[in-house]
Amino acid sequence: MVFFSYLISGISLGSVYAIIALGYTMVYGIAKMLNFAHGDVIMVGGYVAFCAISYLSLPPAVAVVLAVAACTVLGVLIEGLAYRPLRQAGSLAVLITAIGVSYFLQNAAQLIWHATPKNFTSIVHFDLPAGLTAMGLSSEAIVTVASCVVIMIALTTFVSKSKMGKAMRACSEDKAAAQIMGINVNATISMTFAIGSALAAIAGVLLCSSYPTLQPTTGSMPGIKAFTAAVFGGIGSIPGAFLGGLLLGIIESMAKAYISTNLANAIVFAVLIVVLLVKPTGLLGKYVPEKV
Amino acid sequence: MKKYLALLLALAMVFALAACGGDNAEPPATDAPEGDATVTDAPVAENTEAGVFKIGGIGPLTGDAAIYGTAAMNGAQIAVDEINALGGIQFEFQAQDDVSVAETSVNAYNTLKDWGMQALIGPVTTGPAISVSAEAYNDRIFALTPSASSADVTADKDNMFQMCFTDPNQGVSAADYMAENMPDVKIAIIYRNDDAYSQGIRDTFVSEAESKGLSVVYEGTFTQDTQTDFSVQVAAAQAAGADMVFLPIYYTPASVILTQANAIGYAPTFFGVDGMDGILTVEGFDTSLAEGVMLLTPFSATLSDELTVNFVTEYESRHGETPNQFAADGYDCVYAIYNAIQAGNITPDMSTADICDALIDTFTSDSFSVSGLTGQGMTWGSNGEVSKAPMAFVIQDGVYVLP
Repeated sequence: MVFFSYLISGISLGSVYAIIALGYTMVYGIAKMLNFAHGDVIMVGGYVAFCAISYLSLPPAVAVVLAVAACTVLGVLIEGLAYRPLRQAGSLAVLITAIGVSYFLQNAAQLIWHATPKNFTSIVHFDLPAGLTAMGLSSEAIVTVASCVVIMIALTTFVSKSKMGKAMRACSEDKAAAQIMGINVNATISMTFAIGSALAAIAGVLLCSSYPTLQPTTGSMPGIKAFTAAVFGGIGSIPGAFLGGLLLGIIESMAKAYISTNLANAIVFAVLIVVLLVKPTGLLGKYVPEKV
Repeated sequence: MKKYLALLLALAMVFALAACGGDNAEPPATDAPEGDATVTDAPVAENTEAGVFKIGGIGPLTGDAAIYGTAAMNGAQIAVDEINALGGIQFEFQAQDDVSVAETSVNAYNTLKDWGMQALIGPVTTGPAISVSAEAYNDRIFALTPSASSADVTADKDNMFQMCFTDPNQGVSAADYMAENMPDVKIAIIYRNDDAYSQGIRDTFVSEAESKGLSVVYEGTFTQDTQTDFSVQVAAAQAAGADMVFLPIYYTPASVILTQANAIGYAPTFFGVDGMDGILTVEGFDTSLAEGVMLLTPFSATLSDELTVNFVTEYESRHGETPNQFAADGYDCVYAIYNAIQAGNITPDMSTADICDALIDTFTSDSFSVSGLTGQGMTWGSNGEVSKAPMAFVIQDGVYVLP
């Protein structure tokens, strides 16, 4: 019984990681860069939803839409202002810029909303039958897992079926060739950032609904964990990010319950190392030979 | 490209300045050359004519722990302004940011020393306080920390004093209170074991609970990196059958624990220590979840005595939020030094080392006691620890009441 409740909290945590990891993996797969500011976009999404609900008394659904809109604009802005000028620069320069953007967002949030943590009121609370609650199941967990599955399926369909998805895959394979074929690479990458950031907003709202502390650093640890999940599942692969996120959440929860709460994070990262040693491309990653 | 870079740098500098400033007290117009940095007496001599004591403050004004540092420094500033408005002894107060990092804190300390600091209020957090107190001990500068509660802060340093309870004191008081009032409870403890404050209270609580025959059925831990999710610990405490959950932690993680316990329908009595104070002020927190929470704390913003009411009103009008115990500690620190200066006939023209010795003598003398926001008749021992009685409150209808 207790095991079941640990499992549920693991799956719920893992679903949040999975949604964040989907954003990481999209951007990495298409723009071939690690957007370390992704975690902080989550935090911004959380704050926008918080302000909409607490200060403007808007209904939760509108708050989510606002958060998604704000983060989408923010994501496109970040890409256009910080990353686009560095398109031809080395990958290290882009990586450092991403870390810089991350710090910028955290400090800007501290200036606007102050360091005092805010308690995010869950937006998805509905009453469950007492039997389910006793098993450790919460309404937040159900909504989080459901949204995660829906997003994963929608994203896979979008990338494999739509025209924009095709353009994205083309950019991912070879930017120069895609441009020759008449694909607007910059617009495609902007679109990728827009989708990734919209996902970040949803992740932010769900994250804060289950784990209600909202402060300027809220996004950083989940961001790093989700990055780990993306690498674990095979970075660039959408089902991989989903699987990696879920497994990571369950491992973390079980490690906390049965091994040690202190070592939980260490165990999570140790699992990543083992997986990478055995299967360097991650669980579902594809091996792409480097052409010299 | 260079132009943009220059512009960016200029912007960064503006931000940096904006972040440091905000308080008061321009540094001396002419920067002392590097070699002079050790001569602390020069600026002191310069300001003797004015008859002003230079008080430095160190605490995290930015970063994760910013809430504690800003509160303590805001509280101290209010006290300084009140004292200056009285006429007589005048204070000049300068607060420096240490981001709660020991190295930064020592740098902040050196900045203040160059400025001519004659007494220090801070550092606010334990880690930095341990580093800075060693420096202050060597330099013979009197230091009073509002809130660094570990016994290591004051150990072997005769000029380092505390305004807050020490950790051992709180753990023992909590266990004694439970043994007296509810000896049959089954206790679960959730504490943060990478934090000297939380670990210290838990250790003394457990040993005292053992000697008093209390039963501890579950202990769960967390760290800074895992303080946003307690679903596992809460489920385990419930499974262990605990009807009392002892939380020797700060209120932010505590608010998460209350929320998550509520989500799975677990409703034990929660018992906190002084770090729990502030739980009602968490923005967006459903305060009905905190009904029935018990806590030991030296300060409550909801008490109705005149001193508390005046302070809370002033703090709210300046900063737009309810002061927490750190603000009250900062406020009391300034008044403790002010009272000691009066009691010891200390004047600003004395050397910093003489002021330090005189303050030590006054603080440790039997006749010296301070009544402030955080306690009545507070006295200090030669080990720097304060002695005052903790009060147990229970939260009812959104305010602290005595049980």
